[in-house]
Amino acid sequence: MLKAVESSGISKKFGPTIALDNISFSVNESEIFGFIGPDGAGKTTLFRIITTLLLPDEGEMSVLGMDSTTDYKELRKNIGYMPGRFSLYQDLSVEENLNFFATVFGTTVEENYELISDIYSHIEPFKKRLAGKLSGGMKQKLALSCALIHKPRLLILDEPTTGVDAVSRSEFWDMLGKLRKYNITIIVSTPYMDEAIRCDRVALIQNGEILSIDTPQNIKAGFSRKLFTVKSAEKYKLIKTLRKNPEILTAYPFGDSIHVTLNNNTLDNSLYEYLVREGIGDAVIMEAEAGIEDRFLELMEKDNGITNKA
Amino acid sequence: MNNTVISVHNLVKKFGSFTANDNLSFEVYAGEIFGFLGANGAGKTTTIRILSGLSIPTSGEVNVAGFDAYSQTEQIKKNIGYMCQKFSLYEDLTVKENIILYGGIYGMSKSLIRERLIELLAKLRFQEYENRMISDLPPGLRQKLAFSVAVLHEPKIVFLDEPTGGVDPITRRQFWESIYETASRGITLFVTTHYMDEAEYCDRISIMNDGKIVALDTPERLKKQYNATSVEEVFIKIARPV
Repeated sequence: MLKAVESSGISKKFGPTIALDNISFSVNESEIFGFIGPDGAGKTTLFRIITTLLLPDEGEMSVLGMDSTTDYKELRKNIGYMPGRFSLYQDLSVEENLNFFATVFGTTVEENYELISDIYSHIEPFKKRLAGKLSGGMKQKLALSCALIHKPRLLILDEPTTGVDAVSRSEFWDMLGKLRKYNITIIVSTPYMDEAIRCDRVALIQNGEILSIDTPQNIKAGFSRKLFTVKSAEKYKLIKTLRKNPEILTAYPFGDSIHVTLNNNTLDNSLYEYLVREGIGDAVIMEAEAGIEDRFLELMEKDNGITNKA
Repeated sequence: MNNTVISVHNLVKKFGSFTANDNLSFEVYAGEIFGFLGANGAGKTTTIRILSGLSIPTSGEVNVAGFDAYSQTEQIKKNIGYMCQKFSLYEDLTVKENIILYGGIYGMSKSLIRERLIELLAKLRFQEYENRMISDLPPGLRQKLAFSVAVLHEPKIVFLDEPTGGVDPITRRQFWESIYETASRGITLFVTTHYMDEAEYCDRISIMNDGKIVALDTPERLKKQYNATSVEEVFIKIARPV
């Protein structure tokens, strides 16, 4: 399979801070590849290196078959980049922003209109409005249109869905899915674990290191223990009570339940009986399928040497 | 949970001819974790500004922590806390300076601020960070401190805007534990978020659309009602009906 990006041993420091520590990964052509991790994990630094805006201290990065440190002029023509912070000119209109980006890349809006028509049609009725006056969801659509207007082979999106409501986020991912037919490779970062399933493959990233790279399904399947959910009306009491039990390996709040793993990995009546003895009579315990976030937590625990009661 | 701390009846807020809040009615109870959801532009910020005494309603009855939202906005401000992901602490002040500053703003006595400072540093195992600049703290620690500062003056209600966006999964879990702990002391948590995973942690949620509340119930009952497996699905079904 052809590789859109191949990275080996990339490291980057800012003073004493290690932003990226020996990062190696590859992205296949035409895939949607996600970097999932919290603020400060190194996602933006890595994207700035891929887009030739920053030089690594160590390691090699090949992008679209070119060296990101020496072939940057040619590469930039082939990359569309949507930075995390709003990248548009606030005092230009929607239409002016789009024309500006097309002109900078030596093309016209008409030439590549087909590529953006699906996305741009949502904001075209407001084309005379200043970009600074658009809602979050509309800004995001305009920024994506501007990043696509020169028909890049590689699209880099840095947290495109942060601060955008759930409906617009879902629409945005649908749009990315539709770009597949143009054979554009998409690399996207997000702190939202639930967006991982929208990617073909994801890398979990934390403290400048990649914890795991795989398909979302395989990452979930990598969870090494049986997972149980425990529910009760008194959540805070439930967590504290669970933590006191030596049979419990981990207990974390997850939405309306507590996710629990057990030292001996088998559920019997003893946990339920223990909770009743401790005054929690309404507990409901069920086996559950682990999600991406469960696996991320497990990998972080291994990394930090946390084995019990974080 | 029948002790009402926020009561809103027929709240209307207009800006010129635009109606941002269109006849809202709801109640929030002491010790409740209440999720206030809606799409961008649905009118949530307008409501929160009114509930925090920063804006006066056009009409309707609004009472927050026992005070009237028209005539007692200063008392409302003393009884609430606020934390958001983007800005809560002064980056170029140290941990200690931030705590002293906020304590002063909330009108706490010097001795009480001193007491809370020691308590807080011990609770967060923060002693070694006392004289560090906020800008030097890792994001997870910053967020824990921001929450502690928001409840420094033991407010009746704390407003949280996307409180765990962008933090790592372990910090997120620890954060929700401290929210549960805070709620168990009778403080109300009023959460706004675009992150539907966060909504799942709430006792009840409301969903706003076009200035109106279109749903209000426990996450479990809403999921049943809309035949959905997650709050996200519920939200997508009703937040912006086509």
